[in-house]
Amino acid sequence: MEIAFYLSGLVAVLATLGVITNANPVHALLYLIVSLIAVAMVFFSLGAPFAGALEIIVYAGAIMVLFVFVVMMLNLGEGVAAQERAWLKPRTWLGPAVLAAALLLVLIATLWRGDIGLVIQGETLTAKMVGITLFGPWLIVVELAAMLLLAALVTASHVGRMAPDKPATNRETGARGDA
Amino acid sequence: MSGVPMEHGLVLAAILFALGLAGLMFRRNMIFVLMSLEVMLNAAGLAFIVGGTAWQQPEGQAMFLLVITLAAAEASVGLALLIQLNHRFKTLDLDAASRMRG
Repeated sequence: MEIAFYLSGLVAVLATLGVITNANPVHALLYLIVSLIAVAMVFFSLGAPFAGALEIIVYAGAIMVLFVFVVMMLNLGEGVAAQERAWLKPRTWLGPAVLAAALLLVLIATLWRGDIGLVIQGETLTAKMVGITLFGPWLIVVELAAMLLLAALVTASHVGRMAPDKPATNRETGARGDA
Repeated sequence: MSGVPMEHGLVLAAILFALGLAGLMFRRNMIFVLMSLEVMLNAAGLAFIVGGTAWQQPEGQAMFLLVITLAAAEASVGLALLIQLNHRFKTLDLDAASRMRG
Protein backbone atom coordinates (compact mmCIF):
# COMPACT_ATOMS: atom_id res chain seq x y z
CA MET A 1 0.00 0.00 0.00
CA GLU A 2 2.81 2.45 0.82
CA ILE A 3 4.67 1.64 -2.38
CA ALA A 4 1.48 2.10 -4.39
CA PHE A 5 0.88 5.48 -2.71
CA TYR A 6 4.36 6.87 -3.31
CA LEU A 7 4.69 5.52 -6.86
CA SER A 8 1.32 6.84 -8.01
CA GLY A 9 2.01 10.14 -6.25
CA LEU A 10 5.24 10.45 -8.22
CA VAL A 11 3.42 9.64 -11.47
CA ALA A 12 0.77 12.26 -10.64
CA VAL A 13 3.35 14.99 -10.02
CA LEU A 14 5.35 14.18 -13.17
CA ALA A 15 2.22 14.02 -15.36
CA THR A 16 1.00 17.34 -13.95
CA LEU A 17 4.38 18.87 -14.80
CA GLY A 18 3.80 17.55 -18.32
CA VAL A 19 0.38 19.24 -18.40
CA ILE A 20 1.60 22.70 -17.51
CA THR A 21 4.77 22.69 -19.64
CA ASN A 22 3.49 21.04 -22.81
CA ALA A 23 2.96 23.16 -25.91
CA ASN A 24 0.58 20.83 -27.72
CA PRO A 25 -2.99 20.95 -26.28
CA VAL A 26 -3.76 17.33 -27.14
CA HIS A 27 -0.57 16.04 -25.50
CA ALA A 28 -1.30 18.16 -22.42
CA LEU A 29 -4.80 16.66 -22.25
CA LEU A 30 -3.42 13.13 -22.37
CA TYR A 31 -0.95 14.01 -19.60
CA LEU A 32 -3.87 15.38 -17.58
CA ILE A 33 -5.76 12.10 -17.99
CA VAL A 34 -2.66 10.20 -16.78
CA SER A 35 -2.44 12.55 -13.80
CA LEU A 36 -6.10 12.01 -12.89
CA ILE A 37 -5.79 8.23 -13.13
CA ALA A 38 -2.65 8.38 -10.93
CA VAL A 39 -4.60 10.38 -8.33
CA ALA A 40 -7.34 7.74 -8.54
CA MET A 41 -4.68 5.11 -7.76
CA VAL A 42 -3.66 7.20 -4.75
CA PHE A 43 -7.29 7.06 -3.58
CA PHE A 44 -7.39 3.29 -3.99
CA SER A 45 -4.14 2.89 -2.05
CA LEU A 46 -5.40 5.12 0.77
CA GLY A 47 -8.55 3.02 1.14
CA ALA A 48 -11.16 5.18 -0.56
CA PRO A 49 -12.27 2.98 -3.49
CA PHE A 50 -15.56 4.80 -4.05
CA ALA A 51 -13.76 8.11 -4.60
CA GLY A 52 -11.20 6.42 -6.84
CA ALA A 53 -13.89 4.88 -9.03
CA LEU A 54 -15.69 8.23 -9.22
CA GLU A 55 -12.46 9.95 -10.17
CA ILE A 56 -11.95 7.58 -13.10
CA ILE A 57 -15.58 7.55 -14.23
CA VAL A 58 -16.46 11.23 -13.83
CA TYR A 59 -13.13 13.02 -14.21
CA ALA A 60 -11.15 10.89 -16.63
CA GLY A 61 -14.24 9.49 -18.31
CA ALA A 62 -16.65 12.40 -18.65
CA ILE A 63 -14.95 15.75 -18.08
CA MET A 64 -11.84 14.84 -20.04
CA VAL A 65 -13.92 13.50 -22.94
CA LEU A 66 -15.65 16.89 -22.97
CA PHE A 67 -12.23 18.57 -23.21
CA VAL A 68 -11.15 16.20 -26.00
CA PHE A 69 -14.34 16.91 -27.96
CA VAL A 70 -13.85 20.67 -27.65
CA VAL A 71 -10.22 20.44 -28.73
CA MET A 72 -11.29 18.33 -31.71
CA MET A 73 -14.03 20.83 -32.54
CA LEU A 74 -11.63 23.79 -32.46
CA ASN A 75 -9.37 21.97 -34.92
CA LEU A 76 -6.14 23.33 -33.47
CA GLY A 77 -3.28 22.91 -35.88
CA GLU A 78 0.47 23.09 -35.66
CA GLY A 79 0.23 26.87 -35.43
CA VAL A 80 -1.12 26.71 -31.88
CA ALA A 81 1.82 24.62 -30.66
CA ALA A 82 4.28 27.07 -32.26
CA GLN A 83 2.44 29.99 -30.64
CA GLU A 84 2.57 28.23 -27.26
CA ARG A 85 6.29 27.61 -27.63
CA ALA A 86 6.76 31.31 -28.40
CA TRP A 87 4.81 32.26 -25.26
CA LEU A 88 6.68 29.84 -23.02
CA LYS A 89 9.81 31.94 -22.51
CA PRO A 90 11.72 31.73 -19.21
CA ARG A 91 10.92 35.42 -18.72
CA THR A 92 7.24 34.48 -18.73
CA TRP A 93 7.22 31.48 -16.43
CA LEU A 94 10.01 32.35 -13.99
CA GLY A 95 8.02 34.83 -11.90
CA PRO A 96 4.87 32.67 -11.46
CA ALA A 97 7.04 29.60 -10.81
CA VAL A 98 8.90 31.40 -8.01
CA LEU A 99 5.62 32.59 -6.48
CA ALA A 100 4.08 29.11 -6.61
CA ALA A 101 7.26 27.60 -5.16
CA ALA A 102 7.16 30.08 -2.27
CA LEU A 103 3.54 29.13 -1.57
CA LEU A 104 4.42 25.45 -1.70
CA LEU A 105 7.35 26.02 0.69
CA VAL A 106 5.07 27.74 3.19
CA LEU A 107 2.50 24.93 2.96
CA ILE A 108 5.12 22.20 3.42
CA ALA A 109 6.82 24.04 6.30
CA THR A 110 3.47 24.44 8.06
CA LEU A 111 2.73 20.73 7.64
CA TRP A 112 6.23 19.78 8.80
CA ARG A 113 6.08 21.78 12.02
CA GLY A 114 2.56 20.64 12.89
CA ASP A 115 1.93 17.65 15.11
CA ILE A 116 -0.91 15.80 13.42
CA GLY A 117 0.69 12.43 14.04
CA LEU A 118 -2.03 10.51 12.23
CA VAL A 119 -1.09 7.52 10.11
CA ILE A 120 -3.35 6.27 7.32
CA GLN A 121 -3.57 2.51 7.70
CA GLY A 122 -5.44 2.00 4.45
CA GLU A 123 -8.58 0.47 5.93
CA THR A 124 -11.34 0.62 3.36
CA LEU A 125 -14.11 3.19 3.71
CA THR A 126 -16.83 1.54 1.66
CA ALA A 127 -19.36 3.14 -0.66
CA LYS A 128 -22.06 2.01 1.78
CA MET A 129 -20.77 4.31 4.51
CA VAL A 130 -20.49 7.19 2.05
CA GLY A 131 -24.03 6.58 0.82
CA ILE A 132 -25.41 6.52 4.37
CA THR A 133 -23.68 9.84 5.06
CA LEU A 134 -24.87 11.42 1.81
CA PHE A 135 -28.50 10.37 2.02
CA GLY A 136 -28.83 10.75 5.78
CA PRO A 137 -27.46 13.88 7.43
CA TRP A 138 -26.05 15.39 4.20
CA LEU A 139 -29.23 15.22 2.11
CA ILE A 140 -29.52 18.98 1.70
CA VAL A 141 -25.98 19.06 0.29
CA VAL A 142 -26.93 16.51 -2.37
CA GLU A 143 -29.87 18.69 -3.36
CA LEU A 144 -27.61 21.75 -3.51
CA ALA A 145 -25.28 19.81 -5.82
CA ALA A 146 -28.24 18.99 -8.04
CA MET A 147 -29.18 22.68 -8.16
CA LEU A 148 -25.59 23.55 -9.06
CA LEU A 149 -25.58 21.05 -11.91
CA LEU A 150 -28.90 22.37 -13.20
CA ALA A 151 -27.58 25.94 -13.13
CA ALA A 152 -24.43 24.84 -14.95
CA LEU A 153 -26.53 23.06 -17.58
CA VAL A 154 -28.65 26.16 -18.24
CA THR A 155 -25.58 28.43 -18.30
CA ALA A 156 -23.60 26.19 -20.63
CA SER A 157 -26.49 25.78 -23.07
CA HIS A 158 -27.08 29.54 -23.07
CA VAL A 159 -23.45 30.66 -23.35
CA GLY A 160 -22.38 27.97 -25.77
CA ARG A 161 -25.17 28.70 -28.24
CA MET A 162 -23.97 30.17 -31.49
CA ALA A 163 -25.96 33.27 -32.38
CA PRO A 164 -27.66 32.58 -35.72
CA ASP A 165 -27.81 35.23 -38.37
CA LYS A 166 -31.18 36.34 -37.19
CA PRO A 167 -33.35 38.66 -39.26
CA ALA A 168 -33.67 42.22 -38.04
CA THR A 169 -36.14 42.70 -35.21
CA ASN A 170 -38.79 45.38 -35.45
CA ARG A 171 -38.15 47.92 -32.72
CA GLU A 172 -41.79 48.77 -32.04
CA THR A 173 -43.56 45.47 -32.26
CA GLY A 174 -40.69 43.10 -31.59
CA ALA A 175 -41.75 41.06 -34.59
CA ARG A 176 -39.16 39.17 -36.57
CA GLY A 177 -38.83 39.50 -40.30
CA ASP A 178 -38.76 42.42 -42.69
CA ALA A 179 -41.85 44.14 -41.42
CA MET B 1 6.75 0.82 8.28
CA SER B 2 3.03 0.42 8.11
CA GLY B 3 0.76 3.07 6.75
CA VAL B 4 1.31 6.45 5.16
CA PRO B 5 1.68 9.49 7.46
CA MET B 6 -1.08 11.99 6.86
CA GLU B 7 1.48 14.73 6.18
CA HIS B 8 2.74 12.92 3.09
CA GLY B 9 -0.71 12.85 1.55
CA LEU B 10 -1.22 16.53 2.30
CA VAL B 11 2.21 17.37 0.86
CA LEU B 12 1.24 15.57 -2.35
CA ALA B 13 -1.96 17.62 -2.51
CA ALA B 14 0.05 20.82 -1.89
CA ILE B 15 2.51 19.99 -4.69
CA LEU B 16 -0.31 19.33 -7.16
CA PHE B 17 -2.06 22.54 -6.10
CA ALA B 18 1.12 24.61 -6.53
CA LEU B 19 1.73 23.11 -9.97
CA GLY B 20 -1.80 23.97 -11.03
CA LEU B 21 -1.44 27.50 -9.66
CA ALA B 22 1.82 28.04 -11.57
CA GLY B 23 0.20 26.76 -14.76
CA LEU B 24 -2.79 29.05 -14.21
CA MET B 25 -0.51 32.06 -13.86
CA PHE B 26 1.88 31.58 -16.75
CA ARG B 27 -0.42 30.22 -19.47
CA ARG B 28 -2.32 32.49 -21.84
CA ASN B 29 -4.17 29.85 -23.84
CA MET B 30 -7.62 29.30 -22.35
CA ILE B 31 -7.51 25.50 -22.76
CA PHE B 32 -4.42 25.34 -20.55
CA VAL B 33 -5.97 27.70 -18.00
CA LEU B 34 -9.02 25.42 -17.72
CA MET B 35 -6.78 22.36 -17.38
CA SER B 36 -4.80 24.04 -14.59
CA LEU B 37 -8.08 24.80 -12.79
CA GLU B 38 -8.98 21.12 -13.04
CA VAL B 39 -5.61 20.19 -11.52
CA MET B 40 -6.16 22.60 -8.61
CA LEU B 41 -9.69 21.31 -7.90
CA ASN B 42 -8.37 17.77 -8.04
CA ALA B 43 -5.67 18.63 -5.49
CA ALA B 44 -8.33 20.05 -3.17
CA GLY B 45 -10.30 16.81 -3.52
CA LEU B 46 -7.18 14.80 -2.72
CA ALA B 47 -6.74 16.77 0.51
CA PHE B 48 -10.36 15.93 1.47
CA ILE B 49 -9.78 12.23 0.81
CA VAL B 50 -6.55 12.23 2.84
CA GLY B 51 -8.35 13.85 5.78
CA GLY B 52 -11.29 11.47 5.49
CA THR B 53 -9.14 8.34 5.44
CA ALA B 54 -6.84 9.58 8.23
CA TRP B 55 -9.76 10.04 10.62
CA GLN B 56 -11.67 7.01 9.19
CA GLN B 57 -14.73 9.12 8.43
CA PRO B 58 -16.81 8.88 5.22
CA GLU B 59 -17.38 12.66 5.12
CA GLY B 60 -14.13 13.11 3.18
CA GLN B 61 -15.45 11.09 0.28
CA ALA B 62 -18.81 12.89 0.45
CA MET B 63 -16.99 16.22 0.14
CA PHE B 64 -14.99 14.81 -2.75
CA LEU B 65 -18.28 14.09 -4.50
CA LEU B 66 -19.16 17.78 -4.16
CA VAL B 67 -15.75 18.83 -5.47
CA ILE B 68 -16.31 16.63 -8.54
CA THR B 69 -19.74 18.21 -9.04
CA LEU B 70 -18.18 21.65 -8.87
CA ALA B 71 -15.45 20.64 -11.32
CA ALA B 72 -18.00 19.32 -13.79
CA ALA B 73 -20.05 22.54 -13.58
CA GLU B 74 -16.93 24.68 -13.96
CA ALA B 75 -15.65 22.67 -16.91
CA SER B 76 -18.94 22.84 -18.80
CA VAL B 77 -19.36 26.61 -18.34
CA GLY B 78 -15.65 27.23 -19.03
CA LEU B 79 -15.72 25.22 -22.23
CA ALA B 80 -18.84 27.05 -23.41
CA LEU B 81 -17.01 30.35 -22.80
CA LEU B 82 -13.99 28.94 -24.66
CA ILE B 83 -16.14 28.14 -27.70
CA GLN B 84 -17.56 31.67 -27.65
CA LEU B 85 -14.06 33.15 -27.33
CA ASN B 86 -12.88 31.15 -30.31
CA HIS B 87 -16.00 32.09 -32.26
CA ARG B 88 -15.76 35.85 -31.67
CA PHE B 89 -12.01 36.55 -31.57
CA LYS B 90 -10.72 33.63 -33.68
CA THR B 91 -8.06 32.99 -31.03
CA LEU B 92 -7.73 31.28 -27.67
CA ASP B 93 -5.56 34.05 -26.19
CA LEU B 94 -7.26 35.24 -23.02
CA ASP B 95 -5.74 38.71 -23.38
CA ALA B 96 -7.85 39.23 -26.51
CA ALA B 97 -10.94 39.39 -24.30
CA SER B 98 -9.60 41.93 -21.84
CA ARG B 99 -11.98 44.73 -22.85
CA MET B 100 -15.47 44.87 -21.40
CA ARG B 101 -17.32 45.57 -24.58
CA GLY B 102 -20.17 43.56 -26.02
